[in-house]
Amino acid sequence: MRRISPGMMVVLGLLALFVAAALAAPLLSPFDPLRQSLLLRLKPPGSLLGGRTFILGTDDLGRDLLSRVLFGARVSLLVSVVAVALSFVVGTALGMVAGWYRGAVAVVIMRLVDTMLSIPAILLAVLTVAVLGPGFLNLVVVLGLTRWPRYARVAYGQTLQVAVLPYIRAAEMAGAGSTRILWRHILPNIAGPLMVVATSEFGLMILFEAGLSFLGLGIQPPAPSWGSIMAAGRQYVERAWWLTVFPGACLFGVVLCVNVTGDWLRDRLDPRAASR
Amino acid sequence: MIGHIASRLGQALLASFGVLTIVFFIMRLSGDPTLLLVPEGASLEQINQLRHQLGFDRPLPIQFAAYLGDLARLDFGESLVQRAPVLGIVAERIPYTVALASGALLVAIGIGIPAGIVMAVARGTWLERALAGFVLAGQSLPTFWSGILLILLFGVTLGWLPTSGADGIASLIMPSLALGAVGMSTFARMTRIAVLDELSRDYVTAARARGLSRGQAVVGHVLRNAAVPVVTIAALEIGNLLAGAVIVETVFAWPGIGQLAIQSIQSRDFLVVQTVVLFVSLVYVATNLLADLLYALIDPRIRMGA
Repeated sequence: MRRISPGMMVVLGLLALFVAAALAAPLLSPFDPLRQSLLLRLKPPGSLLGGRTFILGTDDLGRDLLSRVLFGARVSLLVSVVAVALSFVVGTALGMVAGWYRGAVAVVIMRLVDTMLSIPAILLAVLTVAVLGPGFLNLVVVLGLTRWPRYARVAYGQTLQVAVLPYIRAAEMAGAGSTRILWRHILPNIAGPLMVVATSEFGLMILFEAGLSFLGLGIQPPAPSWGSIMAAGRQYVERAWWLTVFPGACLFGVVLCVNVTGDWLRDRLDPRAASR
Repeated sequence: MIGHIASRLGQALLASFGVLTIVFFIMRLSGDPTLLLVPEGASLEQINQLRHQLGFDRPLPIQFAAYLGDLARLDFGESLVQRAPVLGIVAERIPYTVALASGALLVAIGIGIPAGIVMAVARGTWLERALAGFVLAGQSLPTFWSGILLILLFGVTLGWLPTSGADGIASLIMPSLALGAVGMSTFARMTRIAVLDELSRDYVTAARARGLSRGQAVVGHVLRNAAVPVVTIAALEIGNLLAGAVIVETVFAWPGIGQLAIQSIQSRDFLVVQTVVLFVSLVYVATNLLADLLYALIDPRIRMGA
């Protein structure tokens, strides 16, 4: 194992901070993220009012922005983790089945993969959420079920390669069934490339959740999401810059850290990629 | 070559059919598509009447055949909200999105390709690392955030550019920058890899042995060969830019098809939304096909191999 560089430690540390902030949002938030106050509308960061400090300022309904950003981290993490897990499971299962059984099964599954990939993901999500209606559950299901084809493609290619190796033949001759071989012998050997896909998808999912919420199709008000906070802030951009700058900076920072981690993971798992 | 074109054309047709099918089923995910199309507050009687009128009470396969038939005749239906043919409503907005996507492509290519070349040539130096950070940042930047930051800087603070709307070429600058930033990263990454691949080839060593400087070898020989994969990326990026326009147009109130789609969701004008999704997806399939064909045209190895 190579040592982890100091720069990478910082990136991983920031990601850990994001997860910790999301998990501990109720403990860390100075105020209730939903509590409105018309007297406290659009106060700039650092405002001291009635003995209380609003570190990041307040929004158009007088809610504390810091508390909303912290709770927004929660939404972001929850949606992206569940959606990534869902698409990982669906895509990997379908891809492995296609790679193992080949023939007509593979043709049908991989054709579906090609077709899904020919509709731009954000539009597919926009249309589906619009039809089903917004909300947490629909958002997660839609993101999960529109983003599985990339895993399927990788799992398919990897399974094709691994399935012809001698140890798989040995397992077959020892009497192992298809399910057991796929689960116990193939999956562990193709997990690396799938993890690389999952990391880059994780960053995309965070962006998608924020983007859909920004468009009003994701998490619904008054619940805080980085995207919906910024959508409200867009209307007050001339008077209250903090409403868009802070949540956006968090979003950008988290996605940047995830992408750096993804590249790093890929280089570790595939030394050939690192050399170029 | 003809065999290659025919096979790619067949694949594109199959993908188009797949897109139409997926959109058809998504529109029926909620159970009853009639409910998506009726104005709010419609009576049960009106709903039933509309369902019959639109043919949603027929068996699914017949609905599907009718849907394909209508689309083949370029009949995208009538907007019940605006009481006008959907095709006209969408067509009116297309030039705006094309202008935005062109501007963004210009930004992406204009910055991305030179950045990629420099990263490959200056490999291992601080310059490469700086540019790599720049590229990674562009890739992680949510367009709605970079868009708002541009508005804050050039619109609000400096007052140089209009903050929203479509008021001449000045209004196009910020949306193009915001949308182009993501594509810029793709171009830079792909150009870097393509140039690095070519730099390691024998003809580069031969050119250097003949006394050409590294710069001369790159300009005279490498770039031309590295162009093959980069041209493909350009074609693929067009589809991504059209899709990304949905968010950027909303940020800047730019009256293209992306803003139209979001407005139509809010006004429950679903045939318009469906048409925008179909349009962008079919353009995406078409640009993919174009990329394949260009690739074969530029690179004889693919043509011969196929």
